[in-house]
Amino acid sequence: MAGYIARRLVLLPVVAFGVTVLIFALLQFLDPAIRAGAFITNPNQLKAIDAIIRKYGLDQPVYVQYWTWLREVFTGNLGWSQAARMPVGEAILRFFPPTLELTLFAFVPIMLMGVWMGTAAAVHRDRLIDHVTRVFSISFRSLPSFVWGLLVLMVTYGRLNWFPPGRLSLEADLFVRNPEHRFVAYTGLMTVDALLNGQLWIFVDAIRHLAGPALTLTMVSIALLVRVMRSSMLEVLNQDYVRTARSKGVAEPVVITRHARKNALIPVITLSSLTIVGLLGGVVITETIFNFPGIGRWGAFAAQQLDIPGVTGFTMFVAAITVLGNLLADVLYAYFDPRIRLQ
Amino acid sequence: MGLVTLASRGIQVHRSRLGGAAGAAAAVAVAALALPVVRERILRFPLDFAAFLLFVLILVAFWTIPSDFTRRMRKNPLSVIGFSLIAFFVAVALLAPVLAPPPPTSRDAYLIPQRGFAADPQPPRPGHPFGTTEGQYDLYYGIVWGTRTAFRVSILVIAIAVAIGLLLGGLSGYYGGKVDEAIMRLTDIFLAFPGLVLAVTVVAVLGRSLTNIMIAIAVVHWPIYARLLRGDILSVRGRDYVEAARAAGAGDLRIITRHVIPNAIYPFMVLSSLDMGLIVITAAALSFLGLGPDVGYADWGTLINLSRNWILGRPGEPFAFWYVLVYPGTAIFLFVLGWNLLGDAFRDILDPRLRGSA
Repeated sequence: MAGYIARRLVLLPVVAFGVTVLIFALLQFLDPAIRAGAFITNPNQLKAIDAIIRKYGLDQPVYVQYWTWLREVFTGNLGWSQAARMPVGEAILRFFPPTLELTLFAFVPIMLMGVWMGTAAAVHRDRLIDHVTRVFSISFRSLPSFVWGLLVLMVTYGRLNWFPPGRLSLEADLFVRNPEHRFVAYTGLMTVDALLNGQLWIFVDAIRHLAGPALTLTMVSIALLVRVMRSSMLEVLNQDYVRTARSKGVAEPVVITRHARKNALIPVITLSSLTIVGLLGGVVITETIFNFPGIGRWGAFAAQQLDIPGVTGFTMFVAAITVLGNLLADVLYAYFDPRIRLQ
Repeated sequence: MGLVTLASRGIQVHRSRLGGAAGAAAAVAVAALALPVVRERILRFPLDFAAFLLFVLILVAFWTIPSDFTRRMRKNPLSVIGFSLIAFFVAVALLAPVLAPPPPTSRDAYLIPQRGFAADPQPPRPGHPFGTTEGQYDLYYGIVWGTRTAFRVSILVIAIAVAIGLLLGGLSGYYGGKVDEAIMRLTDIFLAFPGLVLAVTVVAVLGRSLTNIMIAIAVVHWPIYARLLRGDILSVRGRDYVEAARAAGAGDLRIITRHVIPNAIYPFMVLSSLDMGLIVITAAALSFLGLGPDVGYADWGTLINLSRNWILGRPGEPFAFWYVLVYPGTAIFLFVLGWNLLGDAFRDILDPRLRGSA
């Protein structure tokens, strides 16, 4: 297994390097004046755009430019995001914690419900619960997240007034921002911070705001997981060792949970880190719909406003997480599948 | 050759049923021509209507000629639903000018005619069966012509992605070694982004338009096809018939195009029909984010974007503007559902190992 992981680790910088080349190649479609935006950290610099073009050598050969650009990126100067009105690095630090919180609130129900529904459907194959699960799965696979998200918003906020958009209600937001109340952001995750500060009402408020977007993300991503869990479980239930366990007289619930489900979970574990990656793509739409101040809404806003430093910063950050997520998927797969681990 | 013989035999056996179908199509055409409103529209767009009649004929022929493929398909009700949905959407796309004739002054049929300039959406009423959006764009017209846009986008993107995928995947799988390593690392790089995020970046850089949306989605989708073909080639390469072809003196190109690709084509069919739905979702998502064509272009994502400001309805009437979301939303849902069901059907039929597993 060490060799397998070592190979992945060696490839990591290759892919990371390729990602920067790809982003840089895309930037070459732009006018130098627009690209100069990547080196601006302060709106006042906009007046001296020609000087900046010359200073950073945007009129020089491409490979020289690439080197300059890469050096700036590595020293943490990702430019000024017009959409966020702050430097890109700062914007990432500010918008990532809410997205992380939202992703976690979607991820846990996805895994639990997905595994449960997939198992139930496989065990009761071709019975009512199987048909219901399959119709559910294929429907949500076909329903675009923005249509579903708008429906959720329409019903749960417009009609029921349960899950309002945004991250906090106005009074909770004012309370959190007011220095008199000494609300300390320990983790950046609002629900955790609220509990650590002992403010239960802020916790409830944060949950109400998370529920809508989390519900949207959950339903859209769960379909794939149910499908994979079901077919993986069906495959395992056909194996000889399951038949052996049954013929030995092991009780059926034990066969399902101890013998079958454990092995059926292996593809799901791999899928779990890919689900996180999928969720990071999904937040672009969901956060935009629910006006949730995370990294996805910032990225979409930057793209609409032609805020190129913002878009590239957002993309590279998401790509970094995706690459790490894929690596994690490979490692987890190797760890949980003894056929690979013992090689 | 074999296929042609089989088809002609099928036509002989089923001449009576085929004749009946052609008769029925002709009867529908005559009945349609008898109604003055319909006649006027058909005579204005005879080519579109002829294409529709041809499609009906092909459809009936496909469905009545006995074959293993259709027999298997008929057994699974979900496959039949998927097939019918896609057939319905193809019919709507072909008949678009007849179903929703563009006004005579229109310079581009894809631009939705605007009736008035009232700011808020107006409910369904005679003349506007699905209502109108903000800015008074007719939803019915937008959805009917949006079907054409959806097919145009998905078919073009698939064509580009498959072409790049075939080329690079073919090189990679066939030559192996350093070429393979380089091309596979290239796919790694493109797969290092969630699809939508890379597409958003590409459109943001190239500028917002429908063409750039297609380019962006093709950029995102080609690596899957390249990897699929590479895998298939690797599994096919050592087979006896490839060795035999090489022994007979066939060149690389001939082996790839005549022996390897035909044997790898079924997984491509499955993947691309599942992909048709995904592409339309991604394109609509980009339009929804405001990166698509200008407001007023017949495109489902743009129509749904127009519903965003009206989701919460009026005070006391939360569902006052339901039609702005529900009609285009249903159109895109059924379109994607159709392709997903059809893709599942192809997979079940073409890959017996997977039959009934999902």
